Amino acid sequence: MSTAPVVLEARALSKRFGPTRALDHFDLIVRAGEVVALMGANGAGKSTVVKILSGVLRADSGTLELGGRAYEPASTQHAKALGVATMHQAIADAVVPTLSVAENLLLERTSRAGGRWFASPAARLRDAREIAARVGLACDLRAPLAGQSVATRQLVTLARALDAKPALLLLDEPTACLSAAEADVLFAALDALRSQGVGILLVSHRPADLRRMADRAVVLRDGRGAAVFDAPLDCDAALAVMIGRALPVRTSGHPGHAVQPDPSARAVQRASVSGLAHTRAIGRVNAPPATGFRADGLKLFADAPGLDFSAARGEIVAFTGPLGGGKSRLARTLFGIERPAGGTMTLDGTPWRPASAAAAIAANVFMLGEDRWATSLFPDSVPFASIDGTLSFPFLARWFRSGRVLREREQAAARDAIHDMTVRCRGPADRVVNLSGGNQQKVALARWHVEPARMLLLDEPFQGVDVGARAEIVEVLRTHAAQRVTLVFVSDLEEALEVADRVLYFDRLRIDNLNDALAGT
Amino acid sequence: MKITVGPNAQAALPRLSLARLRGALERSGIVLLLVALCALFTWCEPAFFSVDNLFSILQAASIVALLAVGVTITLAVGGFDLSVGSIAATAQMAASYVLVVWHGSALAAFAACLALGVGAGLFNGLLITRLRVPDQLATLGTLFLLAGLQLIPSGGRSLATGTIMPDGSEATGAFPAAFLAFGRARWLDVVPVPVLVLALITVAAVLVLEFTRWGRVLYATGGNETAARLAGAPTARYRVGAYVASGAIASLGGALIAARVGRGDVGAGHSLLLDAVAAALIGYAVWGLKRPNALGAVTGAVFVGVLLNGLTMLNAPYYMQDFIKGGLLVAALAFTFSIGQRHGR
Repeated sequence: MSTAPVVLEARALSKRFGPTRALDHFDLIVRAGEVVALMGANGAGKSTVVKILSGVLRADSGTLELGGRAYEPASTQHAKALGVATMHQAIADAVVPTLSVAENLLLERTSRAGGRWFASPAARLRDAREIAARVGLACDLRAPLAGQSVATRQLVTLARALDAKPALLLLDEPTACLSAAEADVLFAALDALRSQGVGILLVSHRPADLRRMADRAVVLRDGRGAAVFDAPLDCDAALAVMIGRALPVRTSGHPGHAVQPDPSARAVQRASVSGLAHTRAIGRVNAPPATGFRADGLKLFADAPGLDFSAARGEIVAFTGPLGGGKSRLARTLFGIERPAGGTMTLDGTPWRPASAAAAIAANVFMLGEDRWATSLFPDSVPFASIDGTLSFPFLARWFRSGRVLREREQAAARDAIHDMTVRCRGPADRVVNLSGGNQQKVALARWHVEPARMLLLDEPFQGVDVGARAEIVEVLRTHAAQRVTLVFVSDLEEALEVADRVLYFDRLRIDNLNDALAGT
Repeated sequence: MKITVGPNAQAALPRLSLARLRGALERSGIVLLLVALCALFTWCEPAFFSVDNLFSILQAASIVALLAVGVTITLAVGGFDLSVGSIAATAQMAASYVLVVWHGSALAAFAACLALGVGAGLFNGLLITRLRVPDQLATLGTLFLLAGLQLIPSGGRSLATGTIMPDGSEATGAFPAAFLAFGRARWLDVVPVPVLVLALITVAAVLVLEFTRWGRVLYATGGNETAARLAGAPTARYRVGAYVASGAIASLGGALIAARVGRGDVGAGHSLLLDAVAAALIGYAVWGLKRPNALGAVTGAVFVGVLLNGLTMLNAPYYMQDFIKGGLLVAALAFTFSIGQRHGR
């Protein structure tokens, strides 16, 4: 491999966003026919690298060479023209569901200025077939894209990216929404590209992907290249570099292995990945906790495997795993807005079958949804989109039976919450849009601390939150954890380890032992 | 209403801070403009500022204002009720039918109106929440359906005593005085009943929308339905409720029309929808709130009424009316959205 010509060479790339150094003298080499994995925790600078290479951002300093010539993309279009193709995670933006597969494949050609303005349907289909063949896309090209699987859509975007015959391909979490079998199809297509001499830069959180594809892994930490690993990848070591310490894994949450939380055991149970067998032995096998949550054979879909896990009151359990692995679905099922396809759930010894979000909230089971502006906060056009109005909204019926909203009551609650969560603002009447991202998230979280929770479900609670605010949020969660079951759903392993007493690996609707999953067995 | 303007403007003056002045102007701009218009019309034509004329303006604007309140409620939940005009028109035909053909009492006619409005609102709400038809399209469908339905019982004729029905019989009933009073009487010989009804409905709508938890859920549903639902609010029920309220208020407007005109007029309600929508949208700008609000909608309707009345007194030709309304609406929308963008965050 090391003799292959260099496709991309980046030297001393630096990028600042205000006071934060997103990238700090980062070097990267990608050779022809090589798959380089880019690893790093949230905020380590992965997406900044991808954005610079794909022409979305410009580096503050440093040089880029593509095939030996200076590479300075002014825009994404320019980057594409120079030979760098990008496949983003959000494929929904890149396809037109109402058009046929063939039309989607030809979208770039059709919309290119100076392209042919007329082509017969047969010729177009022929062109589309040629493009499809390159990635092994085997479906009826005349069918509308809307009915196709996510994997097919992904292959369509890949095929389109390749139509420009790129020298370098950037893949940002390409398997996020794919099943194992679908991912294999994608990987086979990538293998073919590799043999054609295309350099590939792969960003993925799935250890299995990295092991399957990567020839080399570059680990980013705080904007710097922290380490380089050659295949076969030592994922444990790479993860340790990623998060800057040995993996502090606690016990696994296997069926029957319900672990009694014991604050003093927290430190003891910090063990490296290889020390897992030891840790598991410490975890006592208990009868199901009388106070806490338990799922037995819980099925999220009819054809999904049954899930068995439990979480005691006072315990923070994190489910971690890649995006699209089903974590949000699990959270929503526990919250009652998705029906389980089978199995039973128990909360504090009684069956837990919430019929709706309202029923769950009435039983003091709360959920903080992912993406706060989509699931929690109200736009500024809503009259009460202030801190106090946002906090009180779920409890209006509980607090104001007569219907009339008493401002003093909600302002008092908001003042307490602002103090408790250290929200930086002028007062309860501040509009939420005017707060910083971290403080907005604190408001969304504070809402579910206004009333005591029996179970709190947190879906990606650290999304768009800087490191400082994250530490404060973790602190708040720990302080309030004693009286409730806390389940956290995060795709970032470091975040999971930071907040939880116990970390479970959840991917493809299945709970795995974290360490087994990372070791790839 | 004008009282709130003064303190705001005065509080801004001592500081002479430009941002504050602009904020105060934003909040009170349209109301100040309304006052200025009244002053101008009075100066040109002193008869404008008589009690009689002012109440006749309010009476003329009351139906549109009522419908605008209904539209505002549906706008608050993120919907848009385009069927209010048809509901009002159908309701006044229904009231007339009950009175003239069935010889019903004033109360029965009134009940028929409300039943029709509630029914139409439920129909809209279920189309939207159950069958997931987009709001504008569902209510557009209802608009057509009702506009057609109101013509069927009378065979396309207006309904009054002596109308020949499609089956050849003659309608022999009449509008009782009790029903006519609903549209023509004046409280204390000064305030027309429709204006009184409008005031009551407006106060109720403002109280519910601005000061109760139900109003909060309505606005929350319109702002971010997912967030509202995840916070435990039964958003679908509230959306249906908003359309039922809108339908009921529109049918009340229909009853007022029937009572004022004294017959079931097939031509009634032609311009009602557009006028009501315009008033509701002008309402966004009225208090600088930049969102649907009941008081703003009523103010918007009154504003249009004052403008048309004053211009008519100054001998502006009647065919200018729609153009003037259109200009006003565009100006209000530009005001709402452009200043909102620059100043909102």
